[in-house]
Amino acid sequence: MAATSEFGLLIQFAYIVSAGLFIYGLKLLGSPDSARRGNRLSAGAMLLAIVVALLDQGIVEYQWILLGFVVGAIIGGAAARMVQMTSMPELVALFNGFGGLASLLVGWAALSTALGTFTLVTIVLSILIGGLTFTGSLVAYGKLSEKIGSGAMMFKGQQVVNSLIVLAILVCSVMFTQQPDNAQWLYLVIGLSLLFGVMVVIPIGGADMPVVISLLNSYSGLAACAAGFAINNNILIVAGSLVGASGIILTQIMCKAMNRSLSNVLFSGFGSVSSDTTEVEGEIKPISVEDAYYVLEAASNVVIVPGYGMAVAQAQHVVKELCELMENNGAEVNFGIHPVAGRMPGHMNVLLAEADVPYDQLLEMDDINPRMENVDVAIVIGANDVVNPAARDVESSPIYGMPVINVDHARVVFVLKRSMASGFAGIENPLFYKENTRMLFGDAKESIGGLVREFT
Amino acid sequence: MEIVFMTFILMLSIFLGFELITKVPSTLHTPLMSGANAISGITVVGAISLAGTGQQDLANWLGSAAVALATVNVVGGYLVTDRMLAMFKKKGGAK
Repeated sequence: MAATSEFGLLIQFAYIVSAGLFIYGLKLLGSPDSARRGNRLSAGAMLLAIVVALLDQGIVEYQWILLGFVVGAIIGGAAARMVQMTSMPELVALFNGFGGLASLLVGWAALSTALGTFTLVTIVLSILIGGLTFTGSLVAYGKLSEKIGSGAMMFKGQQVVNSLIVLAILVCSVMFTQQPDNAQWLYLVIGLSLLFGVMVVIPIGGADMPVVISLLNSYSGLAACAAGFAINNNILIVAGSLVGASGIILTQIMCKAMNRSLSNVLFSGFGSVSSDTTEVEGEIKPISVEDAYYVLEAASNVVIVPGYGMAVAQAQHVVKELCELMENNGAEVNFGIHPVAGRMPGHMNVLLAEADVPYDQLLEMDDINPRMENVDVAIVIGANDVVNPAARDVESSPIYGMPVINVDHARVVFVLKRSMASGFAGIENPLFYKENTRMLFGDAKESIGGLVREFT
Repeated sequence: MEIVFMTFILMLSIFLGFELITKVPSTLHTPLMSGANAISGITVVGAISLAGTGQQDLANWLGSAAVALATVNVVGGYLVTDRMLAMFKKKGGAK
């Protein structure tokens, strides 16, 4: 890869252009207007990098590369076309895993040309990060798609076992860099990194998945970065670290939105420790669809707060219909989106965008909360913990301190709920017992559909 | 010197990444993530150089498998991101 000839130099310059396009593409992602262009620019950068890589003089045989392209493109293309927007988190988790495995393989393959301790260290890093990203993502995928139990899996001595694995990884890695010809250390490093990926993700509960998938996203970038060091390629380092930074920022945002530290998410299974002592006063006041309609008809300012329950009930399209009817009726309708609503960052926004809700109607928590006093009706659809006032008022609550959308400050709150079972985290919600709260029981899609019929 | 040079690039691009990503609004975080996924498929560039050595050895097979996996990321990631971003519309904008 050394740029000795003029042609080699040209290749290096083309990589610089590609890196510039990646960066500019990400910059365009800063606004919904230009985001699509940004993504295409980034795809163009990728194409350029691939073409340049194919022109490299070291390549004498193309059939295996082409076969890889065809297989990958068919699988990737089919997945991208067929995936439902509700299962985006699973797809992203799976893609993360593939990225991790690819970096593991590149690190492994680079071994045949490796020279010097530094390269060996980067090869180990690329194998380690790649391996744990791969199995960790597979477990995350299993949990998100509920192919395996989505709860936190804890067992006695878990910390001890994990510490032992880390220790073993360290020992094997050092041994490997000392004796790179002895394949058994290599296999041990690979096996241990795969095992570690599983161990890291199983104790994390379903509600914390947005954090995990952001973190794994970051790892898949870092793995690419390490692979870049291993094969001496700058474009891998630049692109990989951009992805790494993106994943870390999203992880931070998610942790902040849950008022928990990253180590708290990673090392303590949520739900398993929550002993809830919230005292609730007042009584539940159900409301019928018909009565709810009369209230909505008179309302001039409505806020809808969706949660993952809306996606489960596939209610986003009827919600949009109701939203239009209320607007035609002269009301102002907005959506209040909590950062951790849904199963991955920004999940709700995509689901609502799919249902043709304009993005300027989707307001962030910090924008919607100050307006809550002037809201006539707040409609909570399939959300629970993110609107729980206990997070604000009850110091003993497990979610105390987590920022929530203050729907209870609206004049009337409608809560659409299947039954009185508590939320994902199993925490009692005092909102349901408030003076201004009315419960609309039943399947969200049917309830909203009922309201739509009343309006028409 | 090569090592220093690469680490230098690493540091700069991490800072640049932080600056760029903090400006992405939360409404676009899912497309950002799948787009980032596609970018992490850049490993394909490394895999290509290992898959085309012409030697029928282990490294060659590993490289070819890596090409396939990374291509899944690249193709799938960009397509699904584009599909999502096409759905984001402004109020009163053209449908």
